[in-house]
Amino acid sequence: MAIDKNSTGYTFLFSVIMVVVVGTSLAYTSLSLKERQDANAADKKMMDILGAIGIDANRTNANELFADYVVERVAIDMSGRELLATATPVDPKDKADPFGIDVKKDYRASVKSAVKAADGDEAALMAALSEDDLRFPLFRCEKDGESLYVIPVVGSGLWGPIWGYVALEEDKTTIYGANFDHKTETPGLGAEIKESFFTEKFKGKKLNSNAVALFTVTKGGAPTDQYSVDGITGGTITSKGVDEMINRTLKVYYRYFESETRAQR
Amino acid sequence: MSTDTAAAPKKESLFSKKNRRLLSDPLDDSNPITVQVLGICSALAITVQLQQAVIMSLSVLFVMIGGNVIVSLLRNLIPDRIRIIVQLVVVASLVIIVDQVLKAFQPDISEKLSVFVGLIITNCIIMGRLEAFALGNKPGPSFLDAIGNAIGYAWILLAVSIVREVFGSGAISLPGMGQVKFLPAEWFMSEGGFYENNNLMILPPMALITVGIIIWIQRSRNQSLIEEN
Repeated sequence: MAIDKNSTGYTFLFSVIMVVVVGTSLAYTSLSLKERQDANAADKKMMDILGAIGIDANRTNANELFADYVVERVAIDMSGRELLATATPVDPKDKADPFGIDVKKDYRASVKSAVKAADGDEAALMAALSEDDLRFPLFRCEKDGESLYVIPVVGSGLWGPIWGYVALEEDKTTIYGANFDHKTETPGLGAEIKESFFTEKFKGKKLNSNAVALFTVTKGGAPTDQYSVDGITGGTITSKGVDEMINRTLKVYYRYFESETRAQR
Repeated sequence: MSTDTAAAPKKESLFSKKNRRLLSDPLDDSNPITVQVLGICSALAITVQLQQAVIMSLSVLFVMIGGNVIVSLLRNLIPDRIRIIVQLVVVASLVIIVDQVLKAFQPDISEKLSVFVGLIITNCIIMGRLEAFALGNKPGPSFLDAIGNAIGYAWILLAVSIVREVFGSGAISLPGMGQVKFLPAEWFMSEGGFYENNNLMILPPMALITVGIIIWIQRSRNQSLIEEN
């Protein structure tokens, strides 16, 4: 039977079959590899958290080191209330586990637009986000007998998302270390936030709980004090993004730290 | 239509002289990068480290072979009017599979290659070969043509990335071995030595210049490539 290859019916049939075959095979690939990919993402997260407290982990020992150093995982809400604290081994499948909180997803879904709408007005931002049931993870680590607090931060750079981890010392005002990463910042300019020359500058800096801004990333070359670091020249908007995400996020954790201190008294 | 590569044309052996040229031509006379100037974007973008170039080359090899063979097998079934879309779908699916596999098994390299794996879809070499060759030839020769072109692409990538990494980072990296610094640390100026890595090598312009030099050498050796004007 001769089929007219150029008839509309044949073209249509061909497309339908093609879409079904391709769709099935891609869905199958994606599903069968998902577990591995998730495990890789979890490893990467552990490496980043450990990186913030100065532990160099790789994919093979990340799990082990994470269990060694991270002694407690806490989830808090926007107003600084503790929701859950756990010290059990990380279970990637457990939705309640603070380790599984996807701060990047929350940022994309609600925080980003709220930050834009609030335009620096803190009360408005609080009000806008109060209904979203956001959870914030906090990782308490023990290193050399000292408690360190690792806080994930997420924000916007010039082209896309930027994120990182900030580690605080036991006094909760001194920065122990930080690391940042980005998706699509300009190489050589904004992308430099992930380089060590930039993150090194955060070490030993203080958070100023009495001022409006806890911490400032100044515009390239401006003088810095103990509450600020020099931003990246030519990467002004990315530097501002780092500034914004640190301030916005750490304020939430400050409310938690304060309520915790009050409880101890 | 049910023939695969092993049972390719009976009259003509798979490794006849004509078919062997399918393999060897793209390496030099019709090299996709230096002669046809296709696929330049990725050649410039991911040649900072040898390791990335190797993974990229393997990915392109896989997509190229898969795409060429599949399109060649379907060549008598594909409706003419939607042939470009069909080719695109075949290439895109293969690329997504590569991307997913890299994410699962080579997460670090997948991170470094970032968008460029996805951009294999738009690599003109692949679409070009599908349209120009696979659509009109049997799977056997299409398979050879795919290998030839992918390797023609790969060797330029590898050459450029070796030059850039050696002079730009003073090191060489292979998958699974990490970056091997072969120069003694005390040679570097930061350690009081005399040598400094050339930072320009890391930047994109130097990839273009390196490709240009390769083209120059190639044309001075092979005068038939020089256009008359």
